[in-house]
Amino acid sequence: MMFEWDWNYTWEILPILGEASLVTLQATLLGFVLAAVLGLAFALLRMSRLVYIRWITTAIIEFIRSTPLLIQIFFLYYVMPEFGLTLDAMTAGILALGVHYACYCSEVYRAGLDNVPKGQWEAAIALNLSPYATLRNVIIPQAIPPVVPALSNYLVALFKETPLLSAIAVLELMQTAKILASESFQYTEPITLVGLYFLVFSLISAALSRQLEAWLNTRHGGSR
Amino acid sequence: MNQVDNPMVRFENVTKRYGSHTVLDKLDFEVAANEKVAIIGPSGSGKTTLLRMLMTLEEIDDGIIYVDGEPLTHMLDGDRLVPANRKHLSRVRAKIGMVFQHFNLFPHMSAVNNCIVAPLTVLGLSKDAAYERAAELLDMVGLGDKLDHYPGQLSGGQKQRVAIARALAMRPKIMLFDEVTSALDPELVGEVLKVIRKLGDAHDLTLLMVTHEMGFAKEFADRVCFFDQGKIAEQGTPEEIFSAPTNERTIQFLSAVLETG
Ligand SMILES: Nc1ncnc2c1ncn2[C@@H]1O[C@H](COP(=O)(O)OP(=O)(O)O)[C@@H](O)[C@H]1O
Ligand SMILES: [Mg+2]
Repeated sequence: MMFEWDWNYTWEILPILGEASLVTLQATLLGFVLAAVLGLAFALLRMSRLVYIRWITTAIIEFIRSTPLLIQIFFLYYVMPEFGLTLDAMTAGILALGVHYACYCSEVYRAGLDNVPKGQWEAAIALNLSPYATLRNVIIPQAIPPVVPALSNYLVALFKETPLLSAIAVLELMQTAKILASESFQYTEPITLVGLYFLVFSLISAALSRQLEAWLNTRHGGSR
Repeated sequence: MNQVDNPMVRFENVTKRYGSHTVLDKLDFEVAANEKVAIIGPSGSGKTTLLRMLMTLEEIDDGIIYVDGEPLTHMLDGDRLVPANRKHLSRVRAKIGMVFQHFNLFPHMSAVNNCIVAPLTVLGLSKDAAYERAAELLDMVGLGDKLDHYPGQLSGGQKQRVAIARALAMRPKIMLFDEVTSALDPELVGEVLKVIRKLGDAHDLTLLMVTHEMGFAKEFADRVCFFDQGKIAEQGTPEEIFSAPTNERTIQFLSAVLETG
């Protein structure tokens, strides 16, 4: 069989895929914002003075990390309505991505928090800072910059998992490509274009995160 | 000298253990208001632990610490003393400031922001008032031209002077210094001691300093306490301790230090 690339068909579907890529981007960004914020909350809860809060948080994280994302997506979309929580597909998808990656992000934050020297906490006590002011002004600003590269790896990983949302018919890139292909019986172009799109985005974000890392190093590297 | 009427700091029967190792054993210790006390002694004798307990960085295992007439480690519940809660600790420790051997400056904040953050968030000062206070203090420690420098851009001596200004910005009544010149290159020690001397002249600060600078202790302190194995083995005026020590361990320690120092 000869490999054939249909340029006419390519130009025809490119704008449609372009629109779908906006859905993919939206799911990625909203999912990651949720992961970043919730991940930090998880990490802080795991430092709580109260042992059962630490324990419950750890249990939740372990549970989520040990079950496949696809099942969590299905659960939120198909099972939660049984408990009275009906979500549209996009919301369920973003929620599942965000919560799932929050668990990975919380590990990253935890490493960052652990790396802040004890002397910083002690200086905060000596200055009588409240626990909140200590975290907000002293600890978190030092914990996060070093872990930005690890967090941005998870941004790319989350992005690459958005095709899972096609399983609940979110009209993101993959789902759109599947629909196009099944209408035209031409799989080569849509699927290849989707692959290229993911490749380009991954390369761009890797370059951006290197820049960000360099900037953070000049700004936050320094002795105490 | 060992008994004062209204001590600014009072340790009553204080014991501190790490596991089975008793670091401070039933310590009684008093410091008068505005007194300048130098604490000397061999490594591991519990000097740092003493300051850290006063700063509430370590819990005590037994006894009570009083600060400025009220219990620090405990609080009154009716007429009974119970272990202090966070709120009580925070209120009483507001009277105490501490400077650490390794500075512990906040590396992501400029010198002036290091000095502003606590007055702003704890005392509720306005931005302008906090800035003014910080600038004044940094000027006092000789860093009026370094307000916007980050710790990474400062020498050790400069960092330690920022740390002193930062602690003073909270207007403590008591200042604790734990070997604040030990991490410095020798040529930078003088500039930090000069600042501490200046504080001593101010006369409204009670100073406790753990130090290996015997020369400074001798001319600066009102009283010198020699710590050995978690106890005050000997204390007295600098003349008494440095010129006519009576305790065998003090004599040994001083001769060893003065030989190498
Ligand atoms: N966090 C700790 N855990 C266990 N032992 C400690 C701890 N901190 C201090 N010690 C022990 O307590 C003793 C007194 O220490 P320290 O107060 O630092 O002495 P100094 O400041 O006089 O050198 C030492 O024997 C030290 O090993
Ligand atoms: Mg020490």
